[in-house]
Amino acid sequence: MSGRNVTFILIAVLLLFIANNSLYVMKETERGVLLKFGEVVNADIQPGLHAKVPFVNNVRKFDGRILTVDSQPERFFTQEQKALIVDSYAKFRVADTTKFYTATNGEEARAMGLLSQRINDGLRNQVAVRTIQEVVSGERDELMIDLADLLNDVALTELGVELVDVRVKQIDLPPDVSESVYRRMNAEREKEAREHRSQGQELAEGIRAAADREVTVLKANAYRDSELLRGTGDAEATSIYANAFNQDPEFYSFTRSLRAYQDSFQGSGDIMLLQPDSEFFRYLKDSSGGK
Amino acid sequence: MSWNEPGGGNNKGPKDPWGGGDQGPPDLDEALKKLQEKLGGLFGGGKGSSSGSSGGGGRAIPGALLGVIAMGALVVWGLMGFYQVDQQERAVVLRFGKYLETVQPGLQWNPPLIDEVIRVNTTKVRSATLREIMLTQDENIVEVNLSVQYVINDPDKFVLKVREPERSLQHASQSALRHVVGGTGMDMVLTEGRAQIALDVRERLQEYLDMYETGILISKVNVDESKPPTQVQAAFDDVIKAREDEERVKNEAQAYANAVVPEARGAAQRQIEEANAYKEQVIANADGEADRFVKLLTEYRKSPEVTRERLYLDAVQAVYSNTSKVMVDVEGGNNMMYLPLDKLAEQSQTRSGNVNIDSNTIRELTNAVTEQLRRDAATTGGTRRAGR
Repeated sequence: MSGRNVTFILIAVLLLFIANNSLYVMKETERGVLLKFGEVVNADIQPGLHAKVPFVNNVRKFDGRILTVDSQPERFFTQEQKALIVDSYAKFRVADTTKFYTATNGEEARAMGLLSQRINDGLRNQVAVRTIQEVVSGERDELMIDLADLLNDVALTELGVELVDVRVKQIDLPPDVSESVYRRMNAEREKEAREHRSQGQELAEGIRAAADREVTVLKANAYRDSELLRGTGDAEATSIYANAFNQDPEFYSFTRSLRAYQDSFQGSGDIMLLQPDSEFFRYLKDSSGGK
Repeated sequence: MSWNEPGGGNNKGPKDPWGGGDQGPPDLDEALKKLQEKLGGLFGGGKGSSSGSSGGGGRAIPGALLGVIAMGALVVWGLMGFYQVDQQERAVVLRFGKYLETVQPGLQWNPPLIDEVIRVNTTKVRSATLREIMLTQDENIVEVNLSVQYVINDPDKFVLKVREPERSLQHASQSALRHVVGGTGMDMVLTEGRAQIALDVRERLQEYLDMYETGILISKVNVDESKPPTQVQAAFDDVIKAREDEERVKNEAQAYANAVVPEARGAAQRQIEEANAYKEQVIANADGEADRFVKLLTEYRKSPEVTRERLYLDAVQAVYSNTSKVMVDVEGGNNMMYLPLDKLAEQSQTRSGNVNIDSNTIRELTNAVTEQLRRDAATTGGTRRAGR
C-alpha cells in the first residue's frame, strides 16, 4: 500500500512541478526575454500565458512600463561660473530587452544608476555652455531637447532603454547665493517703497502748493476788486459831497465843524477846561455881550 | 511538497494546490476529472491491502462525494467571478496578464484566477497640491502654491503604461510649474500673471502626461498662492504700506486743498461784498449828507445871521452838556492851579454809570490835561499879546 501511495504522490508532485515550471504568465506591464541555457532565444515575449521547457528555458522579466529616474539635486556651473543647484528626472522604458538584459543583468536599479549618471554628465555639459539666464528661463526647452538627443542614442545602444523624456525640475541658486538674492530683493523693495513715499510727498506738496497759490490769488483778486469798489464808492461820494458843498463852501465848513465838535466830545469822560472868553460865553460875564 | 503534506487535505477538496498560486491549468474541468480518477484509484488500490479502520471510511467516500465536492468547488469558483463595476468606475481586465478588455459599469463576470480585474475610478476628480520656492525670469525668488485637479480618463494607460502614474504627475507638475515661472517675471507671478501661469502650466503638464501615457487628464490647474519668500515678505509688505502711504499723503493734501480753497473763495466773496457794502454806504451817506446840507443851506440863505448863531449855540450846547467842564476863569497861565481830577473823574463816573477808570487812566488823563493847559495858556497868552 505505502509503496503505491508514495509513487502516486511523487508523480503528482512531479506533475505539478513540471506544470509550474513549464507554464508562465507574461503580464501586459512586463517585458521579458526567454533564455535557452543562458542564450536569448526570444527577445520579445508577448503578454499572456506561455509554455517553456523546464530547466532548458529560463525567463527573465522586466518592468515594461515607463519608469522614473529621479536624480538627486546637484551643483552645476554655468558659463559665467555661477553655481546652480539642478534637479532632474527622466522617464524611460525598456526598449531593447536583449541589450537591457546584457547591460544591466535585468536589474532596474542598476539601469537607473547608470542612466542617472549619464543624465548628470549631460546636464553638467549643457549647463556649462549656457548662461544662468538661459538656463533659468530662456532655454529650458532647448536644454531638454539637446540633452534628450544626446542621451537617447547612448541609452538605447548601451542600456537598451528608450528615453521618453528628461526634465529639469529644480533650478535653484545655492543657499548662500539665495541669501544675497534676498538681500537684493529687499533692497529693490525698499527702493520701491521709498519711491512711493516720496512720490506721495511730491504730489501732496504740489497739491498743497497749488491750493495755497489759489488761495493767495483769490485773496489778492478779492483785495483788488474790493479796493476798486471802495475807490469807486469814495469817488462817487466825493463828487456828491463836492457838488453839494460847492454851493456854499464857507457854510459847509461851518456846519461840518459844528458836527465834528459834537462828535468829538460825545464821551462823558471828556473833561473840558474852559476859559470863558469864547463866543459861547459872550453873555456869561456881561449881559450886553461885550458890545 | 509542503502543500500536499496533511493526509486530511484530500478530503478538503482538490482546490488547494491551485488556490495558493496565481496560475492554474488551462482546462480546470479536465484536470479535476483526472485528479478525481487518480484519487479514486488511490483509494481503490489501497482497499485490497487495507486492514485499518481508515480503509472502511475511504471506501464510502469516492465517486459521489468527490463529485459533489468538485461540483461545489466549481460553483464557488464560478460565483467568485461575479463582480460589479460602479458607474464611477471602469475595470481593466487582464487574462493571464494580457490585456483583454475594459469593461463598463454593471454586473460583470470574468473567470477568477484566470482573469485579473483592476477597477479604476474614472470620474472622481482628484487633487494634488504643490508648494515650490523657485527662481523667476528676473532671478528673483518666489513661492508658489499650486493645486492640480485631474481625472483618470484612460484607465488602460493609467494601469498598464506607467509605473506610479501619480508620482509622474507630481514630477511633471513640478517641472512644468518651474518652467513656466522661470519664464515669467516676478511681478507677473505675484500679481496679474497668476491666471496665465495656471493656463500655461496646465497646457505644459498635459503635454508631459500625454507623453508619459499616464492616462491622466488635467481638469484644472490653480495657482492658490504666489508670494515672495518669508525672508523678503516684510519688504514686500512695506511696499504695499508705502503705496498706501502715498495715497494717504495725497488724500491728505487734497483734503487740505479742498478745505482751504473754498474757504478762501468764501473770504474773497466776503471781502468783495464788504467793499460793495462800503461803496453803497459811502454813496448813500454822501447822498444823505449832501441832501441834508443842501436843504439846510436853502433855509440858511433865507436868514443867515440867525441860523448861523442858532446852529453854533446848539452845537456848543450839545458839546458842553455832554462833557465834564472846568471853568478856568483866570487870566494868564497859572500853572500851579490845582485840579481835583480824580474827583472830577469820580463825578463823571457816577454820572455815566459804571465806567471803570483805574489809576492808570487817571494818570494819563492828568498828564493830558496839564499838557493841554500849558498849551492853552501859551496860545491864549500869545493871542492876547497879539491882540493888544
